[in-house]
Amino acid sequence: MNLQCPMPTFDFDVITVGHGSGGLLTHNLLKSGVFNLLSNPWLDQQHDGAIFEINGKVAFSADSYVISPLFFPGGNIGDLAINGTVNDLAMCGAKAKYLSLSFIIEEGLPINLFWDVLYSIKLAAEKAGVFIVTGDTKVVEKGKGDLLFINTSGIGEVHPNAEIHHQRIFADDVILISGNIAAHGIAIMSVREGLTFESSIISDTQPLNDCVIALLDHFGSDVKFLRDATRGGVASVLNEVVEMTSLGIILNQSDIPLEEEVSSACEMLGFDPLYVANEGVFITIVSKNKANDILQFLKVFPAAENAAIVGAMQLDFPKKVILKSSIGGSRLVNYLPGEQLPRIC
Amino acid sequence: MLMKYLSEYRNPALVEKLLKEIFAVTTRSWTLMEICGGQTHSLIKNGIPALLPEKINLVHGPGCPVCVTNISIIDEAVYLSRLTDMIFCSYGDMLRVPGSKESLLEAKASGADIRILYSPLEAVQLAKENPDKQVVFFAVGFETTAPANALSVVQAANLNLANFSILASHVLVPPAMEAILGDPDNKIDGFLAAGHVCTIMGLGEYFPIAEKYKCPIVVTGFEPVDLLQGILMTVIQLENGTFFVENQYARSVHPEGNVLAKHTLSKVFDIKDRVWRGIGNIPLSGFELKDAFSSFNARVKFDIPLINLPENTECISGEIMKGLKKPMDCPNFGTKCKPEFPIGAPMVSSEGACAAYYHYAWNPQLV
Repeated sequence: MNLQCPMPTFDFDVITVGHGSGGLLTHNLLKSGVFNLLSNPWLDQQHDGAIFEINGKVAFSADSYVISPLFFPGGNIGDLAINGTVNDLAMCGAKAKYLSLSFIIEEGLPINLFWDVLYSIKLAAEKAGVFIVTGDTKVVEKGKGDLLFINTSGIGEVHPNAEIHHQRIFADDVILISGNIAAHGIAIMSVREGLTFESSIISDTQPLNDCVIALLDHFGSDVKFLRDATRGGVASVLNEVVEMTSLGIILNQSDIPLEEEVSSACEMLGFDPLYVANEGVFITIVSKNKANDILQFLKVFPAAENAAIVGAMQLDFPKKVILKSSIGGSRLVNYLPGEQLPRIC
Repeated sequence: MLMKYLSEYRNPALVEKLLKEIFAVTTRSWTLMEICGGQTHSLIKNGIPALLPEKINLVHGPGCPVCVTNISIIDEAVYLSRLTDMIFCSYGDMLRVPGSKESLLEAKASGADIRILYSPLEAVQLAKENPDKQVVFFAVGFETTAPANALSVVQAANLNLANFSILASHVLVPPAMEAILGDPDNKIDGFLAAGHVCTIMGLGEYFPIAEKYKCPIVVTGFEPVDLLQGILMTVIQLENGTFFVENQYARSVHPEGNVLAKHTLSKVFDIKDRVWRGIGNIPLSGFELKDAFSSFNARVKFDIPLINLPENTECISGEIMKGLKKPMDCPNFGTKCKPEFPIGAPMVSSEGACAAYYHYAWNPQLV
């Protein structure tokens, strides 16, 4: 990890239960660490909560982050914690504005690791244009946690043009994916204990709010559905869609954006990229007559430069997601029953 | 390099050409069996059966080592995993298979130290790093994975490790082929032999089988072009009335196989009778550690109680694996039996025929 902002001098190397007790140790950790680094007018109040005004309709989202290992190629748990909630709000058609940030720290977490995560949080929040206005810090005894858990919740202003609801999806609506899939899940696998392979694959964690808000600015009600393809990957989102709408989906395998190296890693491990987690990719379902314009519009944004039209809603085979393979055959794309377990032979 | 192979062997133009040739050459009805879970999945995942002439019927043999591992061996594995100071290591695929009471995944969720590994050599490393624990590796598979498991025992012996052992559940393809072809109800006309098994073992074992049962055997790879080429070669033989052993997967399979791997196998393993889940006992169809390596044999080392609970009689995996029925012929397919709550192994293993149909066959009647 590159430390661009020097860590303040702490008189301890690891975080202990005392740092979560609410007393002097807590105060010192928060003051020198969290409040100092993330300083903004709301957080500086060090109040029990944040008071602010907001315009119009509001979206609210929450998520918890328990990833292991904490650090992986392309980011760490801090990046996920900010981008994840920012993106959930974007999928509601909302520009994220204010976040809460809560830590559950396992006793023994080295302070320099905590600082690295905090610093990533600071950078991610700045990039996404959000403020962290309130939060909490708890410390649990050794063995009762997994180094660090984070929860973030966020409030955003819903775009006035946003009309995002699965009830608006009809047959022939077109499905787009915003970028190359499966990178995040493979990046995590490459550093999981018991499985190490050399690769240059990095997580795709990034905020999606800029391109989504711009999309709603320009195309408004032609954007009928938004969902980021996190756990369970693209396949899970599309299965949710057919379940909610009772329509079917046809996907074209040869159109799905997938980097060669990620594809190779999936082949080696026996993973289907459609089920692998992403942290910077979203699916959108749009009006057929605007699909090509929307695609060209999205590709201007760095977060969506590899966007592609991958399929469409259809009336035949309701509640089924069918993939037309590049050789001309067809197959179902079901929900995965559990975690993908790498194959034997 | 890998991607080049993949794009060549998934080339749509080549696929179309092969399909045309298959249609041109097929005049009669033929039943072909593949005997490799990886091939089963590739066939269904790519929607190949629906692209073939109706006269060609593809059935799926006992090519999933997870599916044919007898239920008592799963129970042995679960028992071992629950012992104190035990690290039980396994390929991920075995974890979801139901035992008579629970699966390894359920045992893991309730506290057993079960680790998913990609290689048995990692288990040897674990044993080295944890001298106060016992480490057992669940050595499952066909001939493909047996050499690595044999090598792990050799390595452990060289390191004088007293805390490493394997629970062997290795099965062999040729005896299974003979059992199927020798069954009075047999309907198989031709075989696609398993490409990776033959990469290890070569072609030699298949000549007497082809001769005895007058059945063409074509060693085949896994990509769509491989499978279609293998099917074409088999059908050409059937239409001509020949029964040779041919090698479609020549880029990986040499006639003599991998000599070093075979040597390691013969050093470490004896061939013994083995009970195949759903099929029953097949003589001389499995590997067990030689007496010289008995200190690395988990069955010898640990006093595993005999667990002899009956298999769930509702599971028709045996008939499916012998090619007599297809997964959707089972009344429980997709209803009482799903991957989330499987009645038998073929629904939950990533190489099982029932799982392949459940996950990929968008219209099972067309497959």
